Amino acid sequence: MEVEQKGLEIDLGNLMAYDPHHHFPPYLPSREELAQQCLQKGTELVQAIAFDLFNLPSTEDRDGPIVTLPKPTTRLPREKRLPEPKPLTKWEAFAKAKGIRKRKKDKLVFDEQTGTWKRRYGYDHVNDDNDVPIIDAKMTDEPGEDPFAKRKADKKKRVEKQEKNRLQNLKNAAKMGSLPSHVQLAATALPITGTQSAPTKLSKNELQDIAGKAGTSTASGGKFDKKLPGEKPEKHEGKYRKFLPVVEKRGADSQERKQTERAVTIINAKKEKKQSKRSERSSSTPSKLKPNKKSHKSFKKGSSKKSSKQGKSK
Amino acid sequence: LDMLKIRTPKSQRAKRAIEKRAPKLVENGRKILILQGTKTSSTLNAILTEIYHLKKENAVRYTRKNENIRPFESGGETSLEFFSLKTDCSLFVFGSHSKKRPNNLVIGRTYDHHIYDLVEVGVENFKSLESFTYDKKLAPHAGSKPFIAFIGEGFENVEELKHLKEMLLELLRGEVVENLYLAGVDHAYVCTAVSSNRVFFTHCALRLKKSGSIVPRTELVEVGPSMDLVVRRHRLPNDGLRKIAMKTAKDQVKKKEKNVSKDVVEGKVGKIYIPEQKVGATTLPNRAKGVKRERREAKVKNSGNDSASKKPKTNTD
Repeated sequence: MEVEQKGLEIDLGNLMAYDPHHHFPPYLPSREELAQQCLQKGTELVQAIAFDLFNLPSTEDRDGPIVTLPKPTTRLPREKRLPEPKPLTKWEAFAKAKGIRKRKKDKLVFDEQTGTWKRRYGYDHVNDDNDVPIIDAKMTDEPGEDPFAKRKADKKKRVEKQEKNRLQNLKNAAKMGSLPSHVQLAATALPITGTQSAPTKLSKNELQDIAGKAGTSTASGGKFDKKLPGEKPEKHEGKYRKFLPVVEKRGADSQERKQTERAVTIINAKKEKKQSKRSERSSSTPSKLKPNKKSHKSFKKGSSKKSSKQGKSK
Repeated sequence: LDMLKIRTPKSQRAKRAIEKRAPKLVENGRKILILQGTKTSSTLNAILTEIYHLKKENAVRYTRKNENIRPFESGGETSLEFFSLKTDCSLFVFGSHSKKRPNNLVIGRTYDHHIYDLVEVGVENFKSLESFTYDKKLAPHAGSKPFIAFIGEGFENVEELKHLKEMLLELLRGEVVENLYLAGVDHAYVCTAVSSNRVFFTHCALRLKKSGSIVPRTELVEVGPSMDLVVRRHRLPNDGLRKIAMKTAKDQVKKKEKNVSKDVVEGKVGKIYIPEQKVGATTLPNRAKGVKRERREAKVKNSGNDSASKKPKTNTD
């Protein structure tokens, strides 16, 4: 048995030994001598650790003796910060206040409807809304309401509420700095100084149109641009203009005549509409009390004539 | 949280990977990142690869040169911190070679992926693994827990050596384990403080020989790389950061046992304080049946004079 040198600091948890009392002679020995000395000293230290180690209570495993090491005594800094205590979620706080305890639930539940054992949640679960064939009408039901649609809508509302609560819980945790480790926050957009709104991402359809829009700035308006395979033709926004043929026969069949006729009929129709509206309005007051419009017109005509005369005479 | 989106992992594998890297009460062991700067010498390359081979289980080796890493300068740490974040390595060994500082190794630790402390060390008289001849049966297995021996008063008196001792301990010790297989210990590191700035480092295989008692006789055989480490510069952590990093969960749970006293006659005596019973403000359990009956009876009493009182329902329960 080796006698432990007094003053050896042994940290069994790290299998480390430190001899603070060893002085090295001031003259530097040759390298081999130095190495020899160091090895010798090292052997002593390792022997001391082994002494402590092999004297620990050991358990026999199938491969050999296994020993439970004590915790290391040297204090070393952590590599990551300590996890913060999580704030209670809304439900947890409520359950704590009310004294509600968690109950262990079975994976399979007996489904009354089909008479089989089904999962409590997930694929093919108990109390599935789709399985209900008949819903009895209650006295409180309105006549025009679809109970099946109502059930679906209720479920949707419940799911939305739950999602909102979940996000609220996460927000609270993030505020305390203790977000659950598998949740990460990612910035979707950079905040813009000055304006309130964030830049919206272009949709797929908008992106497809942009190449065509850019093409309108070319000399031919993008009509003869080479297209990649799979690219859609450009959208034409606005009316297509129709131009009259350069050389045309005169007569009742000419397109020019048809065009002007059409324009005239439209204008006439509009005039009639206006007049009919006016007559409707004016039917309430008698004609004598109507303001005399003719005089205004004659005035205008006279004034214009005068002015023209004035302009002409020198 | 307007501009922030909540991202959760879509697969269990990703979730497990993230949980592994999350901050915990009891941490995983430090992983080592071994990388180099702009210029390296052949000896430095050998040193870095040998350190990598010694610590292969929990080390990552980057082989490209990194021009913008200067650990001791204020701006030159960003790359290191980024790599530490990406590889989840909190201990790094950065090798570089220059005329002023030949065969330079910077050993550093990070806290929360920011540089915590650094030690700069020059390597001299390096002897590689291959140059040692020994019985191949003695070769230590990869990943076994080593013995570590520190010799010399310098490790206590000189601040740089003290710091270096801590760094070497972190670098060499490997995983902190509870159960150790006694026959599996097969190597030891010996670090000797030869002078106030020089440490002689060597790696030896362990030979356990039969002795009279349970404790075997240990014999060291030089196996692995041996080198002289000359301390050049070092940077200690800030006091505030050090306090935060040294905090462990155990420190927080040191609560005194209150309201307990020891009496000579009676033994251990405890005081119990019963809080005030708020009879009016407690939330009553919803035992509707009892309430219903009371309400019913009260109604019957009150409306006995009134006309057309409702007939009470007959409950069979």
